[in-house]
Amino acid sequence: MATPRALVFSGYGLNCEAETKLAFEQAGGLADIIHINDLIASPKQLAAYQILAFPGGFSYGDDTGAGNAFATKLRHHLGESLSAFVQHDTLAIGICNGFQIIANLGLVPATNETYTQRSVALVANDSSRYVARWVDLQVESRSPWLAGITDLSLPIAHGEGKLVADPAMIARLKANRQIALRYVSGPVCEYADLPANPNGSTDDIAGITDETGRILGLMPHPERAVFFTQQPHWPILSEQLKRGGKPIPAPGPGVAIFRNAVNYFR
Amino acid sequence: PGVTDNVASTARESMEDLLGASFSGEEGVFTSRLLLLSGDLDRGVVEQVSKRLANPLIQRTTIRQRKDWERPAVRAITVPVVQLAAQTAVVTVDLALPDSELADLGSYGIMDPGGQRRGPLALDLAAMKAIQSYFKAAKRPPTDIELEAIAQTWSEHCKHTIFADPLDDITTGIFKAHIKAATEKVRQLKGDADNCVSVFTDNSGAIRFDDDYLITHKVETHNSPSALDPFGGAITGIVGVNRDTIGFGLGAKPVANTYGFCLADPADETPLYRDKAATAPMLAPRRIMEGVIEGVNVGGNCSGIPTPQGFTYFDPSYKGKPLVFVGTLGLIPAKLGKRLSHEKAARPGNLVVMVGGRVGLDGIHGATFSSVEMDAHSPATAVQIGDPITQKKFSDALVKEARDRNLYTSITDNGAGGLSCSVAEMAKESGGFEVDLETVPLKYPKLAPWQIWISESQERMTLAIDPAKWEEFAELMGHRGVEATVIGRFTDSGRCLVRYHGDTVLDLDMEFLHEGLPKLRRTTKWSKPPSRPAIIQAKDWSQLATRLVGRLNLASNEFISQQYDHEVQASSVLKPLQGRGRVNAEASVVAPVWGSKRGVALSQSLYPSYSDLDPYAMAAAAIDTAVRNLVAVGADPDTIALLDNFCWCSSDDPFRLGQLKQATQACYDYAVAYRAPFISGKDSMFNDFKGFDGGGKPVQISSAPTLLISSVGIVPDVTKGVSLDPKAAGDLVYLLGATNDELGGSELHDLLGVDRLSGKVPQVNATTNLKLYRRLAEATSRGLVASSLSLTRGGLLAGLTKMAMGGKLGMAIDLDMIVAQARSLAAALGSESQGRVLVTVAPENQGAFEELMMPGGNVVTWIGKITDQTNLTVRNRGVVELSVGIKDLLASYRKTFGGF
Repeated sequence: MATPRALVFSGYGLNCEAETKLAFEQAGGLADIIHINDLIASPKQLAAYQILAFPGGFSYGDDTGAGNAFATKLRHHLGESLSAFVQHDTLAIGICNGFQIIANLGLVPATNETYTQRSVALVANDSSRYVARWVDLQVESRSPWLAGITDLSLPIAHGEGKLVADPAMIARLKANRQIALRYVSGPVCEYADLPANPNGSTDDIAGITDETGRILGLMPHPERAVFFTQQPHWPILSEQLKRGGKPIPAPGPGVAIFRNAVNYFR
Repeated sequence: PGVTDNVASTARESMEDLLGASFSGEEGVFTSRLLLLSGDLDRGVVEQVSKRLANPLIQRTTIRQRKDWERPAVRAITVPVVQLAAQTAVVTVDLALPDSELADLGSYGIMDPGGQRRGPLALDLAAMKAIQSYFKAAKRPPTDIELEAIAQTWSEHCKHTIFADPLDDITTGIFKAHIKAATEKVRQLKGDADNCVSVFTDNSGAIRFDDDYLITHKVETHNSPSALDPFGGAITGIVGVNRDTIGFGLGAKPVANTYGFCLADPADETPLYRDKAATAPMLAPRRIMEGVIEGVNVGGNCSGIPTPQGFTYFDPSYKGKPLVFVGTLGLIPAKLGKRLSHEKAARPGNLVVMVGGRVGLDGIHGATFSSVEMDAHSPATAVQIGDPITQKKFSDALVKEARDRNLYTSITDNGAGGLSCSVAEMAKESGGFEVDLETVPLKYPKLAPWQIWISESQERMTLAIDPAKWEEFAELMGHRGVEATVIGRFTDSGRCLVRYHGDTVLDLDMEFLHEGLPKLRRTTKWSKPPSRPAIIQAKDWSQLATRLVGRLNLASNEFISQQYDHEVQASSVLKPLQGRGRVNAEASVVAPVWGSKRGVALSQSLYPSYSDLDPYAMAAAAIDTAVRNLVAVGADPDTIALLDNFCWCSSDDPFRLGQLKQATQACYDYAVAYRAPFISGKDSMFNDFKGFDGGGKPVQISSAPTLLISSVGIVPDVTKGVSLDPKAAGDLVYLLGATNDELGGSELHDLLGVDRLSGKVPQVNATTNLKLYRRLAEATSRGLVASSLSLTRGGLLAGLTKMAMGGKLGMAIDLDMIVAQARSLAAALGSESQGRVLVTVAPENQGAFEELMMPGGNVVTWIGKITDQTNLTVRNRGVVELSVGIKDLLASYRKTFGGF
């Protein structure tokens, strides 16, 4: 089969499109950055892609709520195209601001496979402050994005990352195994003595999927963890490897997620 | 009214998009924040709360009882529509005035027909007389817009007259003689190894990154606006310096931000007023601190630019005006097709195009206002709020698309002085311009021509575009949601010509506008203060160590580092917080070109506490530290470039000018000695506040003479970068460089309450140091150094505690040798002698390390070991002088700003 292609959105303050494209390419895929207005002008382009990526950023400066204005624009101009796209055997990912966008659109958690209803919200962190640090994550779902991964550490950077929903919805996500990633205490928290949950998210939820697992929304940034030297504790890891006579690995932990997506279509 | 309201713009855009309709001129969207308070509150308390939350210069507050709120008539919200009275388009200004009235016109501005002064022109009598004679020869009076335009271009903020004019016997001025000359000398000395590409001429400076890319750097200050509205001042500062990157060459991409805040103690609550009647309060230090931190947060985070490096520095002298330093590192391919990316030129016939935000009243007189001291006349219109998303949209459209499609010939930023400066500056490339002011898009109607021309409304670039490319450019901007408008044409007429609805309102000779400002010879009067011996009494070093790490200038800034995204763009290597103990680093490393192992190290350094003792040594120390901080993390010392930001005070006082001359002389001497060229710089010469205390007593506060040196250097292989945290018990600890009895101006002196003007300030021996730094770079590239920390404020004691906290490993240190060098234990621990780096080395590398480092007379002292204990222990002649738990150090380190 031909190399899988990912469409990475850009425009209106999204800002992680380039590193998201890089991550897909590092994983062996192809990726194009398409400005939302160019896709609105010719939505048929979508047909050329198997993967849709909503990258991180600050669309519309988070004004009127993180991800809200961008989601409104998408729904208005591309709602049907997006619904049709995700109903096929495709993959989609929303990272950080992208997660906030697809949660507003209703692409996740999309219970009952209605991809248009917002049923979870990402609200201001308990600290009421933007936070940039690394977190440890435990994988809980069978999403193809997370195949073969049990735990990993990634960076986060957000002001509105606390997931809230009504308790019935949370219970349902749990029962359906739609909770993809939870914040846990792992190597990074132990290294830097940091609390596991960085934002007060309900049940330590860091990411969720739709019912099929094909659409993943997550606050952490796997595309910022594609090199060994991006990890906060790389200097000590590198020193320990060197003293143990071992080589220093090149890729970082985030690549696995993108590799899973590319391999899904192989 | 008229203050940028980003939430409203987004709401408006969403509505227009969703409804497919646009707003008419009479309609608009405005937002307000509703805060609900509950409890048994009296009105006085609620008013206090509202004063804490709102800035009366830009915000209005209304307090309502719940029962009143329920009555719609009372609830009625005031909509902040800008209502401008119709104005006479242009007035002429009579310059046939006696000198005293001419001077008043220069100081307080043009008189409106209504009898109100418009705000400072900041032109002295000599400048006013030059203008007077120009218009006498032209046989006509100037228009208001001509006078305002000249004032912008001639402002200290734009012309840097103090650096440009003769000073004592330095006829070419200190910028040419000390700063620029240093760069020229370094470039000549380095010959083929010269890595400068563009220095001093463009919006940023640039050096070579590798064969394919250049990196640019620029550091700005935004002090005066930050004093009035700290959030607005800081956010417009950071997005403004981003535009100095976008406006470099044909457009560089911002890849890292830096910040530095010089502030007063946030616990200081004694109020200051701008007026005698105590009705116009200055913001309290804590408000200023929180505001400037938040401003850089929103500006940097929203723009998707990582902020890996920054500092805070506290001194009571910053209570009148904070110093807000903001910097941006940029990346640009060296070549764009066949063009060299750093070369640009507007050509005659090119269109003058304004891109980005619209023009309003905000930011009028920013350039002239920041060129004078702050007092009751400071204009509120100088306050602005940034809109990073508008800028992000055009930044992406220009730097990621239009640039590579060769759609424009030149580009510059609209900063101080707005269009009047950006267009006139670019017109130097072609030789003239003509602009039709009525074509400039406005935020609201009825602005007078002079206001349109000099407004500093943010988020705008000025471009020169070949008419044949305009259509393609306009279409691209349209698709990216970016407003772009043709406002005129570049010419080679030698004239600056501005029309308003067909009438010529400004017609100036280019030569006069740019070169007509008379030079003023200034003189200095300064002599080194007599040295006073320092009297030190220090006993309990364990307790002093704990108190030292909790001091404002040394305590953890984690709350800032964590709220500034330093991971975006996936370039972070050595982060702002390092090690298990999350200790703030002196330098950061980013790898901005994916797939390349090359990186860029960034640092900043300043020693204002040395200025009054020895301004020459102050500047030397700042340069040495800035260079050394980079070498310590793995930068190649032969690639380092510097930026100078002078924030001086009372620069019309010969004494302050004398200190300045000492400092710039040191800049020349040490830049040359370290082969580290200056590539860009900026100055802000009047950081003075004149106001009153609560009792109406006059108060003057002048900031300590402050020189910030920012450094940028290339790390050949980022995987060899070195963090500050020790890695393993058993590793050896070395102090590189000599420790002298140099406690003057030190953090330890301040902690002990020693007379601030006593003792000797560290002296820098650049030749000795550079030799050592080159060896250290070699050791690092060979992987012999496990951790390293450049010693700065707080000396060896601060260094040891930071290392111990960073690695959360014990340290057993023996200071016999260092005490012998420094002559006392206090000097050994607290002296801020320059040229020193603390390193740890794995035992198996001891031989190779010593063999490499020790020859050639380098001072390399083995001072102890990393242990698996929980204490930092320091011995002198066998006696334990200090033994402190790392937990206790960390608790003190994090407590100071724990509530922020």
